[in-house]
Amino acid sequence: MNEKTITHSRFQITLVLMLAFMSGFIIMAIELLGGRILAPYFGSSIFVWGSIITVFMLSLSIGYLLGGKLSLLKPDLRLYGSFFVCASFLLLPLVFAGNEIMESVFLRIEDPRYGSLLVSMLLFFLPTAIMGMIAPYSVRLLVISTDGSGHVAGKLYFISTLGSALGTLATSFYLVLWFEVNQILITMCLVLIGAGFVAIMAGIRNIQSEKPNSAGDNPQ
Amino acid sequence: MIKDVYNLRRKQSVWRNLKTELLIVLAIALIIFAKDLLAQSGIRYIHQERSLYRNILVTEDSQRRCLRFTITSRNGQNQSCRYLDKPVELVFPYAKMTLASLLVHSNPQRILIVGLGGGTLSDTYSQLFPDADIVISEIDDAVVRVAREYFGFQETDKISVDVGDARVFIKRAGLRGEKYDLVILDAFNGEYIPEHLMTVEFLEEVKRLLPDSGMVVANTFSTSRLYAAESNTYREVFGEIYNIRMSGTGNRVIVASMQSLPDTDTLESRAPAFKELLEPFGMDVTEYPKYMSNEVSWDTSERILTDQYSPANLLNN
Repeated sequence: MNEKTITHSRFQITLVLMLAFMSGFIIMAIELLGGRILAPYFGSSIFVWGSIITVFMLSLSIGYLLGGKLSLLKPDLRLYGSFFVCASFLLLPLVFAGNEIMESVFLRIEDPRYGSLLVSMLLFFLPTAIMGMIAPYSVRLLVISTDGSGHVAGKLYFISTLGSALGTLATSFYLVLWFEVNQILITMCLVLIGAGFVAIMAGIRNIQSEKPNSAGDNPQ
Repeated sequence: MIKDVYNLRRKQSVWRNLKTELLIVLAIALIIFAKDLLAQSGIRYIHQERSLYRNILVTEDSQRRCLRFTITSRNGQNQSCRYLDKPVELVFPYAKMTLASLLVHSNPQRILIVGLGGGTLSDTYSQLFPDADIVISEIDDAVVRVAREYFGFQETDKISVDVGDARVFIKRAGLRGEKYDLVILDAFNGEYIPEHLMTVEFLEEVKRLLPDSGMVVANTFSTSRLYAAESNTYREVFGEIYNIRMSGTGNRVIVASMQSLPDTDTLESRAPAFKELLEPFGMDVTEYPKYMSNEVSWDTSERILTDQYSPANLLNN
């Protein structure tokens, strides 16, 4: 079997970089909105921010781990796209049942430290963990050689952290001034779904264009 | 090539270190400068600490002792001040404006104060109504400590403090079915507004605490887009409101009530009866009805503040 030179189409590189940027943007926008979402039930004391940041860091770390594990399989844009779609659906409880969830925790747990920690886990853990999976999987989708892997990873960190910075800035300076919290969240869900579908479509196209190739590689 | 990159990096990191050092030097210079300014105007530092939420400074000059949350000596940055020789007299117009709300409802027996500061309002109301139960919600226990130590604030069997976020306290108090004849919202300082204490949902929760004769008095701002947004928000929940505004102060006081508000003539006719009672606090209450207005004189199209939309700090710029 001859070693195939792997190249990525310009389209795939751009797509992955854009999606990495977007996931960085959305993660921080949601984290920032989290403080505002929790405030009516748990206040804006320092430990509310402590809870939110803890849960985001924890879920991202687990997401990185899982995303890295999944990237051991054959890299697949369809799977990659499904992360975005899943994240979008996992954000829906925050939009549509957030108050009910917070209310029921508020009624059961008196101490706002543990109340805010539990609510942060319930509302943010799953979607953020899924979004954490995007980063290592993006690396896998773009890496061609071990020599270049650090370069690719650095570029991805750069672009997704830049997205995070802009997400933070845009949300705290402008978005909350122009829109309601749920309007921002729903828009982000739609963007995630849209992005996910683009990736899935691109994945399907890749598979279709690969088929004749693989037939050529391996004539029976 | 590699060496060039190395040199460049080294240059960059040297420059970065230099920048950090410069920043530190600047910050120190600024602090010394600010202190000098204060020293020149005869102000002494009595106490200084950094709490979880803010800087807390206690300053004193020949006339008064003040609590402030910022180091800069801009006007109006004092949270709370007491005259050294006449501690009962109120220093700030906003505190007097708050007292003027007694013309609307006069005899509160249970009082909730959000934001302790130097304890001025709590002391004043406890002197006026010695039998009233006063509960104070304050987020920062360092402020409570400083009020005790430097402003003579005391908890008694009538006066208690709950350390925690006021939104949480008020929600729980509502669930417990507690009632307060008077709720005073004094949690807004010029630097930062707790945005979750300025929304329709919050005011609905405050409303739950009010009996039929209950009243809310809020000390807030008189300028910026926030003025209109906040006014609309209060009107949304309580209907008609009174605004107390005086020239020379950046504060305004909102008075909202469960019952319909008395008209200005009624306030005028009530004022003489309160004149003697409020005189020790350094105010002639008969002058205040003219500062009180229930007219809608702001932009009613400014968006109402809700838990979903509450950019109070951005609107206050």
